[in-house]
Amino acid sequence: MDFSFTRAQVLARDMARSFAQAELAPYAQQWDEQARFPAEAIAKMGPLGFMGMCIPREYGGSALDGVSYVLVIEELASVCASTAIIVSVHNSVGAYPIYLMGSDEQKTKYLPDLATGRKLGAFALTEPNVGSDPASIETSARSDGGFFILNGTKTFITSAGTSDTVIVMASTDRAQRGRGISAFIVEKSFPGITVGTHENKLGIRASDTCELIFENCRVPRANLLGPEGAGLRAALNALGFGRVGVAAQAIGVARCAMEAAVHYSRERNQFGKPIGSFQAIQWMIADMATEIEAARLLTLRAAKLKDEGRPFATEGSMAKLFASETAMRTATKAVQIHGGYGCMKDYVVERCFRDAKVIEIYEGTSEIQRLIISGSVIKK
Amino acid sequence: MAPLSIIVTVKQVPDTNEVRIDPKTNSLMREGIPSILNPEDANAVEAALRLRDEHGGSVTAITMGPPQAEAVLEEVLCLGVDRAVLLSDRAFAGSDTLLTAFTLSRAVLKMKKFDLILCGRQAIDGDTAQVGPQLAAFLGIPQVTYAEEIVFSEGLFRIQRGLEHTRELVAARPPLLVTVSASGPVPRHGSLYALAAACSGEHIKRWGARELALPPSMLGLGASPTAVKKIFEPDRSVKGEAFEGSEKEMAAQLIVRLRETGCL
Repeated sequence: MDFSFTRAQVLARDMARSFAQAELAPYAQQWDEQARFPAEAIAKMGPLGFMGMCIPREYGGSALDGVSYVLVIEELASVCASTAIIVSVHNSVGAYPIYLMGSDEQKTKYLPDLATGRKLGAFALTEPNVGSDPASIETSARSDGGFFILNGTKTFITSAGTSDTVIVMASTDRAQRGRGISAFIVEKSFPGITVGTHENKLGIRASDTCELIFENCRVPRANLLGPEGAGLRAALNALGFGRVGVAAQAIGVARCAMEAAVHYSRERNQFGKPIGSFQAIQWMIADMATEIEAARLLTLRAAKLKDEGRPFATEGSMAKLFASETAMRTATKAVQIHGGYGCMKDYVVERCFRDAKVIEIYEGTSEIQRLIISGSVIKK
Repeated sequence: MAPLSIIVTVKQVPDTNEVRIDPKTNSLMREGIPSILNPEDANAVEAALRLRDEHGGSVTAITMGPPQAEAVLEEVLCLGVDRAVLLSDRAFAGSDTLLTAFTLSRAVLKMKKFDLILCGRQAIDGDTAQVGPQLAAFLGIPQVTYAEEIVFSEGLFRIQRGLEHTRELVAARPPLLVTVSASGPVPRHGSLYALAAACSGEHIKRWGARELALPPSMLGLGASPTAVKKIFEPDRSVKGEAFEGSEKEMAAQLIVRLRETGCL
């Protein structure tokens, strides 16, 4: 068993770190406060290969392995969790499903623009009445000659306003429930799509989260992604990989909180010495470091399994569950260590705390991860 | 216009923000300190890439160091350098700036014709700023130091030098050597697209003392005319002084102190 990274993995991490320091660090707090989409940073990332990490060269991607992908997302998230999720969603569920399931024409038509960041991808499954139970989605797709006619509302869609293409899950046969769900590549310019409410969120505020409303939206039959009725499986596969990216994002947030707490515990003096010299603080930091390390190992293992072409759904869920809860625990302790200052927007732990809470919820709540994990354990 | 053939020298250095000096041995404590591309070498690489991107040609990076110094070559390949050379040999260990420059000069002579050699002004570990100028001397070519901006047109390099209070514009014909300062062009970001090729090893040549046909009299610690005698952290502590009394009295005391210390 080898725990060391290849040179390419180390370099990918270092490049992401230096990009994040130069292009994200100076603005992350402001983007969060103003809930402003980091358009300039995203535009710079395309030509550098950050928007096509999971896509092969022939379609314009930078073709990183899963381990490098995870390392890159952690670095971005350790500075700006919003940018990390925009990149992660675009890569894992915006572009990758087209590579995984698309026809040659679909790949040739959509991947080069997505993989080079000229266009931004989104993924629409969640609806106002459907979250954790995706089999009961209400958005419908009715076959009409060479088209499907989509009707319904999707909610909490990452990058919905800024994206160019959205992979939309809609029911082509309600009676079949999960087996009647199909996936579509929908261009935002198709008639019948409206971007609804821009959500004003607790955390991950610079990511553009909105409603998407489909009113008799005509989608060419050629944009059906995979076979009719195979959409839910596609969605779950895509989310399985997406979760590994979200786990990496959680680790980045946790690391950011811990580094801030360590720094503060050295600087802050009480009773005549740095608070880091008190065991109460030391134990909190020891727990943070241990849990972050464990979360990272779980996440890297899921990524490694994917690289080897082996199943990783359970491991991905374990990584997402443990990493997001680690981020929440770590951020909570980091705020505690900062005391009153930790509640102020001037200190990064305040942002980590809000971001971590969101990560426990999206891309499958902790409860859904436990459902997936227990299902796989008990089945055995 | 003929394309430009550019060589840029780079060095792997310990991140001096992290380095401490062992007070007992007076040596740098490098254990566990991350190694980085020398910052001003990154400016030199950027200057090289901009000239190549504008005029065509190629950029070859060259470094001298232990085998792990290959990491900085991979890093600059990710920035867009076309190929790289690692000068590494046990016999090079302990080379001072003169022998380093000599070894580099032999490597440059082994390469084909070049128009321009770019070096970082100095490395953050030694701060000597000697290797670039010595390399130019060994090659018998002109040198321009402290460059902030380099343009090439009609067969002439026009180099803006940043001096303490002035800027100096120098024109020079190739071949020449230019050292680039931190006020030079801001380095670009590395590209994930370049990663696989950079780490494939295909674009890096490795040369030792034999490939360069170096005479033993010009090798390593024994042949180096200079040696570091002592490294120490200077005492930079400054004590403030508070005056008491009315504004007028305090001002008078201040003037006395300034006169005593030679400031007035």
